[in-house]
Amino acid sequence: MRLELKGITKKFGDFTANDQIDLVAESGEIHCLLGENGAGKSTLMNVLYGLYQADGGEIVLDGKPTVFAGPGEAMKAGIGMVHQHFMLIPVFTVAENVILGHEPTKALGFLDVDKARELVREISERFGFDIDPDAVVGDLPVGVQQRVEIIKALISDAQVLIFDEPTAVLTPQETDELMQIMRQLKDEGKAIVFITHKLREVKEVADKITVIRLGKVVGQAKPSDSSEQLASMMVGREVDLSVDKQPAQLGEASFQVKNLTAFSAQGSKVLDDVSFEVQRGEIFVIAGVQGNGQTELAESILGIQDKVSGSIKLEGKELLGRSVKNVLDSGVGFVPEDRTEDGLVADFTIAENLMLDRSDRPPFAKGIQLQLKKLHEFAEEKLKSYDIRAQSIFSKARQLSGGNQQKVVLARELSRDLKLLVASQPTRGLDVGSIEFVHEQIVAARDSGIPVVIIATELDEATQLGDRVAVMYKGKIVGIVSPETPREELGKLMAGISA
Amino acid sequence: MKQSKKTPIALMLLLAVASLIIPNVQGQQLEVRVATGTDLFPIPNIILPSQGFVAVMLILMLAMTALSVYLTFVRNRKTPLIAVIAFGFGLVMTVLTWLFSGATMGITTLLAGSLALAVPLIFGSLSGALSERVGIINIAIEGQLLAGAFTSALVASVTDSVLIGIFAAMIAGSLVAAILAVFSIKYLVDQIITGVVINVLIIGLTSFLFSTLLADNISILNQPPRFERISIPLLSQIPIAGPVLFNQTLIVYLMYLAVAGVFLALFKTRWGLRLRSVGEYPKASDTVGINVFRTRYMSVMIGGALAGLGGSFFTLGQVGAFGKEMTNGAGYIALAALIFGRWNPIYAAMAALLFGFALNLQYALQIVGSPLPSEFLLMLPYVLTVVAVAGLVGKVRGPAAAGKPYVKS
Repeated sequence: MRLELKGITKKFGDFTANDQIDLVAESGEIHCLLGENGAGKSTLMNVLYGLYQADGGEIVLDGKPTVFAGPGEAMKAGIGMVHQHFMLIPVFTVAENVILGHEPTKALGFLDVDKARELVREISERFGFDIDPDAVVGDLPVGVQQRVEIIKALISDAQVLIFDEPTAVLTPQETDELMQIMRQLKDEGKAIVFITHKLREVKEVADKITVIRLGKVVGQAKPSDSSEQLASMMVGREVDLSVDKQPAQLGEASFQVKNLTAFSAQGSKVLDDVSFEVQRGEIFVIAGVQGNGQTELAESILGIQDKVSGSIKLEGKELLGRSVKNVLDSGVGFVPEDRTEDGLVADFTIAENLMLDRSDRPPFAKGIQLQLKKLHEFAEEKLKSYDIRAQSIFSKARQLSGGNQQKVVLARELSRDLKLLVASQPTRGLDVGSIEFVHEQIVAARDSGIPVVIIATELDEATQLGDRVAVMYKGKIVGIVSPETPREELGKLMAGISA
Repeated sequence: MKQSKKTPIALMLLLAVASLIIPNVQGQQLEVRVATGTDLFPIPNIILPSQGFVAVMLILMLAMTALSVYLTFVRNRKTPLIAVIAFGFGLVMTVLTWLFSGATMGITTLLAGSLALAVPLIFGSLSGALSERVGIINIAIEGQLLAGAFTSALVASVTDSVLIGIFAAMIAGSLVAAILAVFSIKYLVDQIITGVVINVLIIGLTSFLFSTLLADNISILNQPPRFERISIPLLSQIPIAGPVLFNQTLIVYLMYLAVAGVFLALFKTRWGLRLRSVGEYPKASDTVGINVFRTRYMSVMIGGALAGLGGSFFTLGQVGAFGKEMTNGAGYIALAALIFGRWNPIYAAMAALLFGFALNLQYALQIVGSPLPSEFLLMLPYVLTVVAVAGLVGKVRGPAAAGKPYVKS
């Protein structure tokens, strides 16, 4: 099957997410769509999958122009999609999830569950997946859930398979396995469109590469091109992929976490006897696949995690059991992983967001009265020094791009007298330019002589930024290693295999 | 993972309450009448020594509590549902013995009455199940019941036909559901607020029409024919079960069908699978080509039709005429039954039966003259609901997308 996108244009209001995009996917070929977050990759695929309607251009399948009114029609035409956020229903079984939308039935619309199981087993065996059709999806590990998602796409006999950022949630091992599955699918004659921003994966698996930037195709590339070449195409300028930092000037271990154990609201253990120390002037990275207790660890430090026991000491002072305000006043800077939910009040202005944590004290408040003039001066200064691109300090936080939102958060957190900086996935979803800036700020914080704790899910970021790397798995720290540790070993740790 | 300690603690508390009852059991014996005139063979009344029977029940409760404590604190395991049910049985028997000791307890009439009272609750909870399983929180069950009650009285009076009456009730119920659906699906209004507003609207509307229309023309507009009792040959002659289950009115038989039908439809058919997927994760349903909006409208309106049917019980089954606000909160109890029954039609129906039993008990007690004020028993369904929602019967988790409008991006 040959799928052609011709001049696809998609607008959201004034914003053009896709501008005259051309793309060809042919059977027996893996076509990578490379681009930064927000470049318009997912929009394009949602147009292709019938979730969005294009404002211009056409989709041509085997020479015939086609219009998909919805995902159902795209599926019927042989297009399958493995979504970035799995489209699986956690409380349903594998079989139920797989057949949803095209259920085998007996008389009167009764489900043919045996046939559903059979279908799952058949595909599962063909790819060596070993999946129990009666397992409840919510109980399965993320990697297995993704396989269910793949089976779901294959069951309707898809000829074109779209993988939307499929490796975001996988361990390095699972990623390798996924690459293997993609090759196998290719050998079966499927056309594969692989959307990603990870250069390593592109170079490993792609037959063709199309790079898009700001909604436009900027060109084709070859898998043999260097990472720097691909990155500069993606970003539109020369980029330096390494983090620029001097050797750490280590001081005393002023931040100590001991025997930290925490339970979720449902009663399961989310932190299991976590202990580590961070020295002044050191970046301590906590790596691991998302959802292995990192969020809970960060929230425990800040004091918003319930049911925690153990000890968290900053310069000899116990933080555990204190209120969030008290923790912040002790000199903890916190950059949350979800900046729009936890880091900012989206409908507040930049200026208001910059004083969220200090709205009750000088210089921003005098008694019960806010000192707006002082605040505005402060905000103007930060706008300049952090290069926050906004119309004014009165722009609402929600109007900013992700990178600029993160700059507001950093400006606020770093403008206090810090004794510790905790940043959870500080570069998640940012463009390469903003990532460079955020990394610089973090290194600068380290060099000012405070301990820094970074939670990273991208292995490259962990090893480039960190002076030491701890790997978390199922709430435990399974190893604390040097950033020079080979990737394979880190990958093993991330899968819970301790050295 | 640690087990929740709620169950053993609750059992211990209830046991303490039950043991307070023992010294208060008056009278020597409890006479239980099982037989009715239509039984295949006669059964003598069962006579139980009150004190002894209560003692046996107390031992049963004690054993179940001990088991729960042992499992939770020593073995770190869950208390099985059957133990909780056995405890509940013991508790109910203890209370019944206390209340009826020295008098005769007609068990068949008590149960048959309970079943009848549970009918609107069951239909209401089915409406709730169909609505919430598809992701729309249904506080408007009360309004649906009331609209059904009013419409069936009016239409059945005018046409002199019970069947046309219940048909009209179904239409009225689904129209009320349609208001809920439009506001929550199309206009994205908060579903709980919409539901409450609809209830107020329907109460006002029916009361207004009642005073301006029905009250002046009672003989034409508010004197509907009533459901006839239909006894099913042979089945109705089985002792206890026969008169309770198979000597009932049309609407009760319809209720059996509805419970089984909704259960099968929800869990065994393609339609139900899609419906539940929409209630859990509508975006996932959308990406496999399921029309989320149509599924929601359909399910909510079918639910409304069932609740409307249930509403006709009040007028055509029970009272024989419409009265202001005659549903009297049944919709909310149905909602409680739904949660108690964990959004499963069969469990919800059982919960509704329990509530029906509690409602009927107070009528029975007024006749025997019991030591307990009847208002106290009226509290029972609500107490049970609080207990249920607090998680005594395991983790209560509704459909994930309930209450959240789906917006296509």
